[in-house]
Amino acid sequence: MSVRIFHIAANTFREAVRDRVLYNLIAFALLMSAAGVLVGQISIGIERLVVVNLGLTAISLFGVIIAIFIGISLVSKEIEKRTLYTVLSRPVHRWEFIVGKFFGLAGTLLVNTFFMAIGVFAALLYVGHGFQTGDGWIGVALYFIILQFLVMTALALLFSSFSSPLLSAVFAFALFVIGSFAEDLRGFAGMAQGLSRWLATAAAYLVPNLSSLNVISSVAHQQPMTRQLIASNSLYALAYTGMALCGAVLIFERRNLK
Amino acid sequence: MAAIEILGLEKTYTVGFWRKRSQRALRPLHLSVEEGEIFGFLGPNGAGKTTTLKLLMGLVFPTGGSARILGKEINDPWVKAQIGFLPEQPYFYDYLTANELLEYYAQLSGVDATERRQKVRDVLQRVGLRDTGSTQLRKFSKGMLQRVGIAQAIVHDPKVLFFDEPMSGLDPMGRREVRDLMEELKQRGKTVFFSTHILSDAESLCDRVAIIHQGQLQGVGAVADLTSSVEGQVEIIWHGGAIPASVKLLTAECHVVGDTVRGVVREANQDAAIDTLRREGLRIISVTPVRMSLEDYFVRKLKVSETAAGVSS
Repeated sequence: MSVRIFHIAANTFREAVRDRVLYNLIAFALLMSAAGVLVGQISIGIERLVVVNLGLTAISLFGVIIAIFIGISLVSKEIEKRTLYTVLSRPVHRWEFIVGKFFGLAGTLLVNTFFMAIGVFAALLYVGHGFQTGDGWIGVALYFIILQFLVMTALALLFSSFSSPLLSAVFAFALFVIGSFAEDLRGFAGMAQGLSRWLATAAAYLVPNLSSLNVISSVAHQQPMTRQLIASNSLYALAYTGMALCGAVLIFERRNLK
Repeated sequence: MAAIEILGLEKTYTVGFWRKRSQRALRPLHLSVEEGEIFGFLGPNGAGKTTTLKLLMGLVFPTGGSARILGKEINDPWVKAQIGFLPEQPYFYDYLTANELLEYYAQLSGVDATERRQKVRDVLQRVGLRDTGSTQLRKFSKGMLQRVGIAQAIVHDPKVLFFDEPMSGLDPMGRREVRDLMEELKQRGKTVFFSTHILSDAESLCDRVAIIHQGQLQGVGAVADLTSSVEGQVEIIWHGGAIPASVKLLTAECHVVGDTVRGVVREANQDAAIDTLRREGLRIISVTPVRMSLEDYFVRKLKVSETAAGVSS
């Protein structure tokens, strides 16, 4: 990998840190602390279930919001403020810039998720006074959440490469919501007839299948994850991310920076 | 060898969403800049200067034509490592310190890690920001940002420099320092191509200039050549306050300031006027041919261009 991609990624990570993006960890820490204290008082026997559900859902939502809101401005902000001019006038390819930005934000989300995961495990330890064997599957759920972030970051970058930040946010959020119900959409496509079947099937395969990456409920109930599911989800998310990134690169390579 | 060769470079933008129409930003431009030159690219706002620079930097794509820098295509990575670019009204990552920003740009330009820090220190000293290296750029004034802009353009020691309005936002001292820096770069064998609409800067700095208006090249050449074609007039300045009657008849214009008189006569009448002044016992201070200033030349070219555009429309 080009060393320039690493430098661009490092700078993107530094920007996120200095713009206090990681301050969301404070909100998350408060949420988990409150959950740890309250869950014990309002639920009997399902403390672990509530903490895992609440914690992982919060990690997913916080991360997706960061992925979309920072992702959509990664390119547009650089064009608007003209910081891109002094980067692309150097021996930096446009694709390196896009890929560097992607890895920078992905790295930020990874660090963010790491600290949030510590919070979840700490809350689990507090309410359950120890870990259980099935808690290991939380790691798989976290891995799938990170895959979701990669997909959403790539999509936000794709929209950001040709659209305004506002429209990019709308597109990305719409895809996130539809993608979260992708399995339902596929179910509907299976039941529909004629043109609507064709359209629903096309839409179901076009939007990211984020619902298959959401195993929070299963993990909360300590259901094991199969290797096949882990492998297929990994391949799917990486392929989808790769295609979205290729789209972003193809558009950006042809864009006039007026 | 020419440092910059522009071969019919042109740019037409398509504007409008529903009813698309063409907007010509640059008509086919042919230009050549020699190595070691300071070349001024002059024109009013909206003339096509920034479009030309963006084309050369590969930020926008040409509708036609091509350009070569140091004999190679402009998008060649080797070429990109040999050029430095200061955009107009630059804005930088304001969460970085000046040191961090310059290190980042040096990394992207492929400067070796062992000499990066030293180069950053040297370049900050050259632009007068030695003591502010660890200050975040969000605390910098406009003039300081312009200096950082120049520093980032030269941090990797490029052979060819492109400055878009480098004097804008600078106070008189800052402008002087930038002029000195550009002269120093020339002495070190660098080629400097800069756009400006401040004609006095171009006049004092440039080996050659080009004038562009409405996307079209209006003239190119050495400043002295462009401004030498004056109407064959001579300016005579003398002391004494008096204007002899015969001299009055010969002068096209005459101004008296205190005891000093400035008269402009045709070259053919120069000897007669001087003889008369001597006879009258008036002390001649200077006799100099009247040269058109770059500003006069610039205004004249713009008027010609506007008249031609009016006729064609």
